[in-house]
Amino acid sequence: MNVPTELRAGIRDVLPLFLGIVPFAVVFGVAAVDAGLTAVQAVGLSVFVFAGAAQLATLELLAANAAVPVVVLTAVVINLRMLMYSASIAPYFRSLAGRSKAVMAYFLTDQAYALSVAHYGPLGEVTTGAPGSDDASDGGHADDADDDAGDADDHPDSGPTTSSLADRRWYYLGVAVSLWVVWQLGTVAGLVLGTGVPESWGLDFTVPLVFLALLVPAMKDVPTTTAGVVGGVVAVAAAGLPLNLGLLVGATVGILAGLLAERGRR
Amino acid sequence: MTTSYPATTVWVVVLAIGVLTFAIRFSFLALFEAIERRSSGGRDDSDGTISPRVRAVLRYVPPAVLAALVFPAIVTLEPTVVGTLSNERLLAGTVAAAAAWRTESVLATIGVGMGALWALQVLL
Repeated sequence: MNVPTELRAGIRDVLPLFLGIVPFAVVFGVAAVDAGLTAVQAVGLSVFVFAGAAQLATLELLAANAAVPVVVLTAVVINLRMLMYSASIAPYFRSLAGRSKAVMAYFLTDQAYALSVAHYGPLGEVTTGAPGSDDASDGGHADDADDDAGDADDHPDSGPTTSSLADRRWYYLGVAVSLWVVWQLGTVAGLVLGTGVPESWGLDFTVPLVFLALLVPAMKDVPTTTAGVVGGVVAVAAAGLPLNLGLLVGATVGILAGLLAERGRR
Repeated sequence: MTTSYPATTVWVVVLAIGVLTFAIRFSFLALFEAIERRSSGGRDDSDGTISPRVRAVLRYVPPAVLAALVFPAIVTLEPTVVGTLSNERLLAGTVAAAAAWRTESVLATIGVGMGALWALQVLL
């Protein structure tokens, strides 16, 4: 069986990221045991939600017995960033069938989005020719780079870049499905580990550490740093609010502070 | 802390978050062509389907939400300033933040943070 070149390229490119994904997934599994979830519920979260930060936040709030709407709303807010990924990657898959798009959507993560879009190259530009792009059924290669965004109807099979739709799909699946498999295995490893570790080790502290590892690079300029600092301080001050609403209050005030800081700089 | 919610409630939460997260992921992938056709003359901007205002808000969601999750988990307000600042989780968290800043690595942040916590538990 001839495994498409781009599938292998995707798997190769995602391998280094496992260094960050595996501990993240293991922490989730351990934290799920701590929070009192059953193994099936924990794996259920990893399969149905498949989004690390939202899953960890869900555990924290379930453990604190936060109100159900607060738990759901918090996870959804954390995943709202995926609107940007969905919008940003959509042009590359515009001519895919609806069912295929649904499959791609299910696997959409920060890493799958970032690697794929970087690999495809900017819209309207010629990508460095993918070696596997000799697929005769795909008529998009002769496409002029400048006419792609306006009239897709002329070339129903062509995408915005010169890489073929099939190539793009194989690469995406190579990255995204690998991440999914590693995430599920890491969850199970954490569940096994979590039941065997004494509480005095303080492994629950790994949860805020993961969030910290994601937070620091997210504060990359004055407005985003303002959003983080204000959001955090307000959340501490509001920690006593019922239903764990302090989290949502802190996040909301933080977002507003970021917007104000941005306006202040202009 | 463990949850005192019954299994059915946990599953309702899991499924609700799962369905809504899928809807977010699928949104623009599903609607892209319809949106593009309606607004005709699509531009070469890959994000052109999200209004700049919404994009500006989305930019601040990650730092604000993550900080709102991290800060209360490592800061415990005590009656005295010294008491608050000498908390071992806050100190370990500060060391881990430095590691996160230097390395931008989840693995290194967890390693340094847990190492600092265990060291402080022995020392303090």
